[in-house]
Amino acid sequence: MKYIDEYRDEKIARTLLQQIAGRLTREWVVMEVCGGQTHTIVKYGIDRMLPEGVRVVHGPGCPVCVTPLEKIDQAIAIAQLRDVIFCSFGDMMRVPGSETDLHRVKAGGGDVRVVYSPLDALTLARENPAKRVVFFAVGFETTAPANAFAAWQARQEGMQNFFMLVSHVRVPPALSAVLTAPDNRVQGFLAAGHVCAVMGTREYEPLAEQYHVPIVPTGFEPLDLLEGIDRVVRQLEAGEARVENQYTRVVTPDGNRAAQERIFSVFEICDQTWRGIGEIPASGFRLKNDFAAHDAAAAFDIAAIAPSESSRCMSGDILQGRKTPADCPAFGNECTPGNPLGATMVSSEGACAAFYHFGRHEKPASETPREG
Amino acid sequence: MPPKVNHGAGACPLPHTGTETVLLGHGSGGRLSEELLREVFLPAFKNPYLEKLNDQAIVPAAGESLAFTTDSFVVDPLFFPGGDIGSLAIHGTVNDLAVGGARPLYLSAAFILEEGLPMAHLKTIVASMQAACLASGVALVTGDTKVVDRGKGDGVFITTSGVGALKKNRAISVERARPGDKILLSGSIGDHGIAILSVREGIEFETRLTSDSAPLVSPIGRVLAVSDHVHCLRDPTRGGVSSTLNEIARASGVGIEIDEGRIPIHPEVRGACELLGLDPLYVANEGKFIAVVAAEDADRALEALMGDPLGRSAALIGEVVEDNPGRVVLRSRIGGRRVVQMLAGEQLPRIC
Repeated sequence: MKYIDEYRDEKIARTLLQQIAGRLTREWVVMEVCGGQTHTIVKYGIDRMLPEGVRVVHGPGCPVCVTPLEKIDQAIAIAQLRDVIFCSFGDMMRVPGSETDLHRVKAGGGDVRVVYSPLDALTLARENPAKRVVFFAVGFETTAPANAFAAWQARQEGMQNFFMLVSHVRVPPALSAVLTAPDNRVQGFLAAGHVCAVMGTREYEPLAEQYHVPIVPTGFEPLDLLEGIDRVVRQLEAGEARVENQYTRVVTPDGNRAAQERIFSVFEICDQTWRGIGEIPASGFRLKNDFAAHDAAAAFDIAAIAPSESSRCMSGDILQGRKTPADCPAFGNECTPGNPLGATMVSSEGACAAFYHFGRHEKPASETPREG
Repeated sequence: MPPKVNHGAGACPLPHTGTETVLLGHGSGGRLSEELLREVFLPAFKNPYLEKLNDQAIVPAAGESLAFTTDSFVVDPLFFPGGDIGSLAIHGTVNDLAVGGARPLYLSAAFILEEGLPMAHLKTIVASMQAACLASGVALVTGDTKVVDRGKGDGVFITTSGVGALKKNRAISVERARPGDKILLSGSIGDHGIAILSVREGIEFETRLTSDSAPLVSPIGRVLAVSDHVHCLRDPTRGGVSSTLNEIARASGVGIEIDEGRIPIHPEVRGACELLGLDPLYVANEGKFIAVVAAEDADRALEALMGDPLGRSAALIGEVVEDNPGRVVLRSRIGGRRVVQMLAGEQLPRIC
């Protein structure tokens, strides 16, 4: 298939793998930031094909995984109200809250709808004037423009019954948090290509300089990842540390200006709690005061909800690259996609779910990739 | 337009609405039920066994062994590109018999209709069942109809059961795969699931995706005609190719290795899966089968299969191995290896 197969070519993959191996004079640890990258790496077996000297660890870039438990519990409380239609992206449905999840709320009679776009939620609000329609606005900078647009449109139309429960996160502060953690072992990043498509690459330059770390935004096909790893390794071996764009077919230094303008006309930067990691300064977006009429946090009595996290889930360590899913005793036993203990087991972008889906809880006898 | 029906003194207290829609009375067992039978079902499936309208059909046992199966169909939407719930209900049961190595003979059909279903819809569904029976060489010999209140069904639910005949020495079964056997796939994967999804979610593609719903009697017949060493046959419906291969690997206590690059798939289906983040290995098929064949017969079987209109894009996709018993290992397009699992949870809700 055009524009896909070119990025899945076995010969080029082998050449890149040889090139990476040829560069190595010591061991390196590279973090792929985005869950989409994790998915590709595990799906194609890239981590098992890499030479021993380079290790990929999985980053915090899964929006489902890092949405704080408190927000999940708030979403569940709102979704249980009789006059509410609660709208969510599909993979938030099974994220475990303290007691239950949205899927079970729906089964118990709550009006919970899976939508593909916040604009679908706006349509529902127009069609159901007697209901309060609440959209669960989660995600990184990639979903922020459309979510911002929905809030902006609701204000334009003077809608009284459309609200957003906002839990938005930003990538650059999370990279700082990973790098400044006392036990950090990450030496280079594969930055999230689609986040950079919106935001550009300039905001990563100070990070590369300050922490002396190579940052390479990549695409999501196997050759994108391999080429990204090759570029990070080349920089590390040469002692370089700069932003180097692998995903030039989509990402520009300035990003999408129109999308950025829409984001910052509706949202402002705030401190944000990341599930499993904790509060990271300036790492989130919240609605500006102009949009308070559409802020579910103000419209619903949810401030007093106190969450309690399962003590058996180590997703915080996994999201920061300190551990891999295989290190967790619950992985594949107590914790499966059918019964997730933590959010990293829910979304297909979550490291644990990706590992589970691609059979990493089962250890085949011949684990090494076959040559030729 | 459905034919005009003369309602006499109604057996049910119904407003005189004609038969533009299915009414609760159509499931009452009274006059309307009989009308439905005489005007919709009987003309389509008329044969000496059904005509008797007994509670059961007595049919001659035509083989040395009888195969018997049943399946329910609850597809949403009822009509989709390449078929509808009617053709699906016939093909599904016919194929369940055919993959046992049996020649499908007689079918039953039980309908659960929702009050308010347009009669024209029911007639279209019945007509496509009629065509599917003809194409599959089976007779629908017994049936039942119930009607439920509006809102308590989803238009039409259909359950079909079927019997087929097979030679006594034919032993095709999920636990008979042996190391060295080759794995044949009769054609491209994912067509049905993606066709359904594109209609249900209103996703439009440049090319129209069509369900592969079809009776597999003929292509399976061709394979069986050239090989006495077909060990397993399975149609990868819900759960897709990966779930079917996992069932075979587990039941036979063998490993299975497949090559991603050899699995036939239409570019439209691949594109849709890329777009929607789905793995086509888990998407449902309704007109494909997997054959596990002894290595010495594999080329012959593949050639025979490709001679059938439904097997033209058939391919040898992998083999049965001793390593990793119970597991299916896929060699990815770039040469990496991963375990392919059973579908965990629903990838697409309610395909069929």
